[in-house]
Formats: sequence, C-alpha cells, structure tokens
Amino acid sequence: MRSIYNYLKEVLMGVWSLLKGMKVTGSYFFSPSKIVTQKYPNNRNKLVMFDRFKGEVIMPHNEKNEHKCTGCGICEINCPNGSIEIISKTIATEDGKKKRAIDKHIYRLSMCTFCALCVKSCPSNALAFSQEFEHAVFNRALLIKVLNKPGSQLMKGVE
Amino acid sequence: MEEQVKTTGINEQEEYVINMGPQHPSTHGVLRLVVSLKGEIVKNVEPHVGYIHRGIEKMCESITYPQIIHLTDRMDYLSAHINNEAVCLNVEKALEIEIPDRVKVIRTIMAELTRIQSHQLFWATFGMDLGGLTCFFYGLRDRERILDIWEETCGSRMIVSYSCPGGLMYDIHPNFQKRVKDFIKYFRKTLPEYDQLLTGNVIFRERTMGIGKLSLEDAVSFGVTGPVGRAAGFSCDVRKYEPYSAYDRVKFNEVLFTEGDTYHRYLVRMEEMRESMNIIDQLIDNIPEGQYAVKMKPVIKLPEGEYYQRVETARGELGVYIVSDGNKNPFRIKFRSPNFVNLAALNMMSKGFKIADLVAISGSLDLIIPDIDR
Repeated sequence: MRSIYNYLKEVLMGVWSLLKGMKVTGSYFFSPSKIVTQKYPNNRNKLVMFDRFKGEVIMPHNEKNEHKCTGCGICEINCPNGSIEIISKTIATEDGKKKRAIDKHIYRLSMCTFCALCVKSCPSNALAFSQEFEHAVFNRALLIKVLNKPGSQLMKGVE
Repeated sequence: MEEQVKTTGINEQEEYVINMGPQHPSTHGVLRLVVSLKGEIVKNVEPHVGYIHRGIEKMCESITYPQIIHLTDRMDYLSAHINNEAVCLNVEKALEIEIPDRVKVIRTIMAELTRIQSHQLFWATFGMDLGGLTCFFYGLRDRERILDIWEETCGSRMIVSYSCPGGLMYDIHPNFQKRVKDFIKYFRKTLPEYDQLLTGNVIFRERTMGIGKLSLEDAVSFGVTGPVGRAAGFSCDVRKYEPYSAYDRVKFNEVLFTEGDTYHRYLVRMEEMRESMNIIDQLIDNIPEGQYAVKMKPVIKLPEGEYYQRVETARGELGVYIVSDGNKNPFRIKFRSPNFVNLAALNMMSKGFKIADLVAISGSLDLIIPDIDR
C-alpha cells in the first residue's frame, strides 16, 4: 500500500514539475512582453551598431582628401598577425627637404583579429574602427584593402 | 541457427568500441572520445585531444606581451576576459606596477559578468544535451544582454581583449553602470525561471541525480577545479584563497556541495550566478575615480625570472606561467588550463554508467575544446 502511494506521489509530482515548466513557456507564448529577436536582413537600414564596435580598421579622411598617417610604422610593429603593411615613399616638401610619407597602407582584413592594438598605439590617431560588419565577399583578393585613398595627402600640422 | 546464437554469444563477451566525435553535437567542439561499451554500459572512455591545436603557447614565444592578450581570448572563449586578466596580472606582478583601484574594480565586474554569461550558456547547452531545447533559447536570450554591455564598452561581443598590461584598453562607457544594474535587476527576475524550467523538472532530475559521482579524494588527486571540484566538496576557489583584483574587498560565499554528481555540478553553477550578482551589486555603485590605465613603456620587457599567476575562470583554475629571459617576448609560456585537467576525470566518472549518461556527464564538465588543446 505504502509503495503504491509513493509511486502515485512520484508520478503526480513529476507531472506537476513538467506543468510548472510549461507555465513559464506558456506565459511567454501567450503574452510576449517583448520580442527579443531581430529580423536581421530586413532591419538593415535601421540597425545601429555601438560606436565602439570593432568592425574593420579604416583611415578617416577629411573633405580635402587628407589623412593623418605619417607612415611611422608603429601599427605594423604592433600588429600580432602581420595584417598591416606600410609601403612608404620619400617626397619633397615645399621648402625643398625630403620627407617620408606613405605610399600604401595595406590592411588585410582576412588576417585581422580585431585586437585594436594598431588603433590604440597610433601616435597621430590616424586609424579608427568602422561599424561595418558585413565582410563577406566573393573573391579573397577583395579582403586586401588599401586604407589611404588615391591621391590623398598628409593633413597639415600632423608630424 | 545454432551457430548464429553461438557467435552472438561470443560477441556479447567482447567490448564494442565506438568513436564519439570528433564531430558530435554533444561534445561541443572537436573532441574525440573512444568509448568501450558492453551493451549499453560504458567500460572505458579514452579522450583523444588535439583536433583544434593551434600552438598558442609556442606562438606566444614570438610575440610581445601586449600581443599575447588577444591569443588568450581564443583559448577559453567563454572566459575570455578572465584569461586576459590572468596574463595582465602576471605581467604587472613581474614589473611590480601598482594598478589603480578603478582598474581592479572594473576588471572584477567584467570577470563576474563573464562568469554569469558562461554559466548561462552552460545552462542552455546542458539542457539541450539532455533533450530540452527550450533552455537553449532562454539561456541565449539572457546572455545577449551581457554581450550587448560588452559590445558597448569593449567593442566586441565575446572575445573582448579588454584588459592590457597596465590597465584597460578603454574606459568604461558612460552607460555601463546603468546597463549592468538593469541587467542584474532583470536577471534576478529571470533566474527563478531557470529553476522552474529545468532544475525541478522530473526528467532532468532522473537523468542527473547520482550520475557520474566523483569523490572528494578523486577530485583532489585528479586536480579537478572549478564547479566540478566544488560539487565534490573540494574547496578550491582561487578568489577566496588568493584574492586578486578586487576580490579581497567583496563578500561572497564559496558554493560547496559534497555529493559530486552531475546534478550538483549543475547546482554549483546556478548558485554561482547568484553569488556573482551579489559581487557585482557590491561593486557597481562604488567604482573609484581615477585613471583607467597606467602609462606603460612602449616595449614591455619583463625582468629575468619565472612568474606564476592563477585566477578562477568560469571552469576552474587557470594558471599562467611565464619564463622570461629579459627580452620583449617570453622565453616560455605555459597555461594550466582547467578544462584539460577536468577532462582527465571523465573516464573515472563515467565508468559503469550508460552511454546516454556519458553525454550528461561530459556536458556537466562544461568542456571548451579550444582550451584543452590550446
């Protein structure tokens, strides 16, 4: 008699524990207080990323097509994976002196681990992170980017 | 007919060896378990590791100390911040730098958030391993809030790289405190739901109670740490015994059980989430003012010698051992990862149980395979 009682109690308690779980899921099913999922590709226009989000490394240019990169190579040294390569050239300044400037600031997105050491260590704040996160391309060569725009120059006053 | 009976009779005497993994949903990565079975009973489990070995320790020998940080993210990716902290603390200890209080407090808050999100993901996947898909959605729903806090402050969602030798990469975002308080308020309300959904569930209790017992002696002799060790009664919380960062100024309990079965390993993690919330509550309102990083030299060189620092990650004790010869790169670096040690106890725990229980036991170890292989 005792064992039957215990058995029945176990069954009922088991069913009760299942119902308790169902209550939680049921309450969310019938009264969702807030929809937590996002309809991603459809909300692409309204999607705002946080301003610190590490999307990809960019070199901000002003409206006169000038950047702040002096070509010192500190970002290249700091990068742990060798995803930055700087090709520099010597140019003649107005007063006739020779000066080092960047020819190409090559950034390989495919090798980047987004550790932010390049952006952090840049002495002239020439690099920044963009909020772009859709990096998929059809050709691997497209992931090698030249950060300085063609024809761009060093901003005046940046040494 | 008689021959057939005879042959099956012989086969019953033999052990049946199968591969669980490397591609198996319940091993949470590329872990290969060679399981010897007798019928449905597990006789022996032999873990084969190395499928995701990337040579992180060797790689560290050729890069500088600030660059090592981003590699430690990729070992135990669910305790990424705590791994960063371990290396930073070790480098700071070697250089004998005094770290501002602000950094210590922020690191502690971030570490406890890391612990909460890791245990949330454990809850989610453990439920899923045992056949309850609901848990997965509920766990990830709440974890998303912590990831958003990180995205705002650190810039990344999971592999944060937020600590650096000498302090933090950036100061906290102005919204950080408000968001963390909102999260704690929200999670205190939703954590009882976890208990209603899974902890009390009769199927879950039947499948975990008394399964995969680990005695205190075995736990100590295997060197098992973290929630697995504490469920067996092995008091091994580094935060208590060797307080680092701001753990010496907060009050919290070390969660201890004596049973050591799968169910109690699960319970330790549920209780730890509550303790982590208490720790954050004590710290979030009084983050001291000050610098968020000490000015370091551009090239960090550790003095010659050997340095060791251990921290408590979400899965146990992580030790970082650095041998320096005075250069800018370490001569040798060794990570004592908790998962590798915990995995060693799997064979002893699962002997004599059914193969379905092996899934529950390995799930309750909360293994992260990249941390095992490194």
